[in-house]
Amino acid sequence: MNLLYGLAYILAAPALGGLTVGLDRIITARMQGRVGPPLLQPFYDVAKLFEKEKAVVARSQNLFVLAYVVFMAFTGMLFFSGGDFLLVIFALTLSHIFLVLGAYSANSPYSFIGAERELIQIMAFEPMILLAASGMYLVTKSFYISDIVRTQVPLVLLLPGLFLGLLYVLPIKLRKSPFDLSTSHHAHQEIVKGITTEFSGSTLGRVEIAHWYETVLLLGFVYLFFSFNPLLALIAVALTYVLELFIDNNYTRFKWALALKSAWLVALVLGMGNIALLWYYMKGL
Amino acid sequence: MNQLLFLILFPFLAAVFMLLAPNEKARRGAGYVAAFIILAVSVYLLSTNFGEPTGYFDVRPELVDEAILAGEGLMALYIIYKSITFKKYYPLALILTQSAILVYLEINKPNANLPYNLFLDRLSLIMALIIGITGGLTCIYAFGYMRTFHERHKEVKDRTNVFFFVIFAFLSAMFGLVFSNNILWVYFFWEVTTLCSFVLIGYTKSHEAIHNAFSALTMNLLGSLAFALAILYLSTMENPVFGLDQIIFMNKAIVLLPVVLIGFAGLTKSAQMPFSSWLVGAMVAPTPVSALLHSSTMVKAGVYILVRFSPLYEGTASGEMLSLIGGITFLFASGIAVSQSNSKKVLAYSTIANLGLIVACAGVGTYEAVWAAILLIIFHSLAKCLLFLSVGTVEHRIGSRDIEDMTGLITRMPKNAVMMLIGIAGMFLAPFGMLISKWATMKAFIDSNPVLVGMVAFGSGITVFFWSKWMGKLIAVTRMHKVVEDKINTGEWAVLYTLTGLTISMCLVFPVVSHYYIEPYILEIYGKTAQLGQDNITIMLLMLAVVLLIPFSLLYYGKERKHLSPYMGGRTTTLDAKFAGSMGMQRELSLKNYYLEGIFGEHRVMSVGVPLSVLFIAIMFLFSWLQYAGVFT
Amino acid sequence: MMAHMKKSPWVIHYDGSSCNGCDIEVLASLAPHYDIERFGIIHTGNPKHADILLITGSINEQNIEVVKNIYSQMPKPRAVVAIGICALSGGVFRECYNVQGGVDKVLPVDVHVPGCAARPESIIDGIVKATAILEEKKKKMSEEKAKKEVE
Repeated sequence: MNLLYGLAYILAAPALGGLTVGLDRIITARMQGRVGPPLLQPFYDVAKLFEKEKAVVARSQNLFVLAYVVFMAFTGMLFFSGGDFLLVIFALTLSHIFLVLGAYSANSPYSFIGAERELIQIMAFEPMILLAASGMYLVTKSFYISDIVRTQVPLVLLLPGLFLGLLYVLPIKLRKSPFDLSTSHHAHQEIVKGITTEFSGSTLGRVEIAHWYETVLLLGFVYLFFSFNPLLALIAVALTYVLELFIDNNYTRFKWALALKSAWLVALVLGMGNIALLWYYMKGL
Repeated sequence: MNQLLFLILFPFLAAVFMLLAPNEKARRGAGYVAAFIILAVSVYLLSTNFGEPTGYFDVRPELVDEAILAGEGLMALYIIYKSITFKKYYPLALILTQSAILVYLEINKPNANLPYNLFLDRLSLIMALIIGITGGLTCIYAFGYMRTFHERHKEVKDRTNVFFFVIFAFLSAMFGLVFSNNILWVYFFWEVTTLCSFVLIGYTKSHEAIHNAFSALTMNLLGSLAFALAILYLSTMENPVFGLDQIIFMNKAIVLLPVVLIGFAGLTKSAQMPFSSWLVGAMVAPTPVSALLHSSTMVKAGVYILVRFSPLYEGTASGEMLSLIGGITFLFASGIAVSQSNSKKVLAYSTIANLGLIVACAGVGTYEAVWAAILLIIFHSLAKCLLFLSVGTVEHRIGSRDIEDMTGLITRMPKNAVMMLIGIAGMFLAPFGMLISKWATMKAFIDSNPVLVGMVAFGSGITVFFWSKWMGKLIAVTRMHKVVEDKINTGEWAVLYTLTGLTISMCLVFPVVSHYYIEPYILEIYGKTAQLGQDNITIMLLMLAVVLLIPFSLLYYGKERKHLSPYMGGRTTTLDAKFAGSMGMQRELSLKNYYLEGIFGEHRVMSVGVPLSVLFIAIMFLFSWLQYAGVFT
Repeated sequence: MMAHMKKSPWVIHYDGSSCNGCDIEVLASLAPHYDIERFGIIHTGNPKHADILLITGSINEQNIEVVKNIYSQMPKPRAVVAIGICALSGGVFRECYNVQGGVDKVLPVDVHVPGCAARPESIIDGIVKATAILEEKKKKMSEEKAKKEVE
């Protein structure tokens, strides 16, 4: 483990994540035949949010959102310092639970449904990412990111099912269609802004910053599959993000049942299938 | 040795006193003292055996053997009497068969070489501590609870003397179970726990209670029958072996069949599928009984015996089946918990699920898996005990055990709600206890069986769902509610505070516990041991510190923040969430959780889970029989 | 202090008693052709996130409470833009038995955008004007806060 990378992440990830989101908005606009906002728009937004009046529905909601950001940054730090993959996943879940609790504490109909949907999404996402970590363990014999990233084995070739599965569930965490059930960056949805409905001002700004941290972390997951060649890995990460944008712009939102069932089916067939094949292949050796 | 005998006999003496005590006051006074002594002695046992290897103790067998035989006879007669009175013929048939086996054993006394009847190794020590602490605390809690219970339920006949007799006897039996090296003794105490749970579940004597008590009895007797058969097998071997310490190190090929039979008994007692229904049915009993059954006694007896024998399951096809039964129980029971709104049922299914995980670990039987299993046992018993007792308290105050009725508990019963939140966090959230164990489980499974990894991966997502939505209900901030936390007696508060403290501090000290108790035990049996990396422990503790610190930020968030009402699509709402509905009616906002019945409905899941687990059990026996018959090794 | 109100005005849109003409034009200005997001403007649909309240149509007995509620849920600084003749004065609905009149009957309107229906260009212009007002309001807020701290 190397804490230096972790600290670098803490400092640089918001900038990187914010730029990614800015780029995302421009590319999305172009896909829709628009010009789109300036590159730095996400930063303007958050800066503005911090200048707004501080208003709450329940005072405790700010506490939960603070915990959400802190643990999101912590998770990323753990990941980029080369920590234990399983612990990274559990810390990620913890951080999302805090967001969900923040939404629950407001006791408001829209944020309540958003919270419930977010939980369904966590339930849909978790098996796939746990399986991905397990698959990487089978190949590298370690759960430590520092070991996995150093492997010379092209993980993506041994774990194609897990990679595709991860691509399938990634929109859940990126909050993109077809899985932007609990909240969405796009205009109007049926539950207003879902889980973030009752957050305003600086609290909402923190949610946005956590999202930047998370975006970088998720792209880190993708990087691992290609880590045998860093240049290729960066290209793969960029292409993956563009692909997710493309999906975002071409799919309508799923209903929760379809989201859950399809994500599980993918995890079961691609994820478990991949692991089972790999298992017997390794045993055969 | 004196302490072991004391822990077995003292609770029993206390139990007899409970039965004969002249009045409620004397019973309660003596009960508090007795429970406290049990608690203190089990902690003392830990301190005196700090870092010592296994100790063996001889007790004059003839006298004890006769006492045990008499006890077994009495229990059989009681069960026969009850079965006939209530016209329940399955338990009758089962107990008669078992008695026949025991009589046969008594006539053809096997000449087993068994130098020691009692032993104390680190596993028994950990178990004793769990029984002493959670059991003792539950007893203390129960005195206050039962008084309120009878005030609220006038229709139930007050038999508190019988109630506390059985509870203390239960603890006595549990201590006996974990200290016994002689398998005949283990069997006796095993039977006592079955009988105790039967009496406790049927305590209210309502139609439902009696029905559930008998179904618990039937399933557990089925397990006992398997246990008796295992003893019969062991006694017919060329060199009969009755010592647990001997059996563990025997050749798998020879003892696999009896060990699988005992494993089956463990499955019934730890309420694995298809036997899970008895534990769910057991919640008709007063809440302290549930706390006792779920955390310190009964089900822990089941997993104790499985963990005890798990080195023998390692690498066998039967062990693999056992772990699959545990795996599907974990997955399916977690699923059912999603569809339940009755908090005690959610707790019951989550217990079943966690026991499933422990069983899966035991079935895998590698040193890593056993390490994970013991961690699971420790963390689960503390958090689950806390949860049951706080649900019991809340139920008495708000008159409901439905999770939907707990909306905004944080404003109505703030202290209790925080305790529940800590208990729930202890069940599934990083960096609290159960998650550490789940993590250890993943690591243990990945090296042995990919299917189990899949089950844990899916199951853990499901657990996050049902626990979090419960937490959400508790912390929803509703206004204009009265605080109803008064009228909870000091005894109950003391127990709840202690358990909360233990749940948190266990997360802090678990590396120490692991280092001094679990790892040496594993080392003794496997010659190598598992442990968490130093850096990971540091990270865990860091996370815990952050989680515990964050509430203090509430002090920093000044009160000057403007309060807004929730957004209701432009409708004006009052502070207590009332809004103007159509036709000039004022309506109240109410929010209900998702239960996803269509996916996780109880019947739906059980209809898949039960046949599947029956199939696995059949295969498990088939494999062990094939091995016995020498078809494969 | 650098102010960012101008660069990221988020709007919420409410349609009162109207023929829906202005309503449609507001939506049109969000669509690709006019691409309102160029100015960082996002249609949030949620008062808690919004800085600017766009109202088309007139105020009637039924929607007084709704408009007030939405406005009260917006954190400060906030601005109101009344769009179209109905929102300014009641327009053709002015004489209806249940119509109160323009938005300024219930809320402090910052920008009036005329037209029947208002054209997207003028709607965008109105929002951009409102951002300048937001900036001013923010300045006033900071000054007040500073004054309070001194006291």
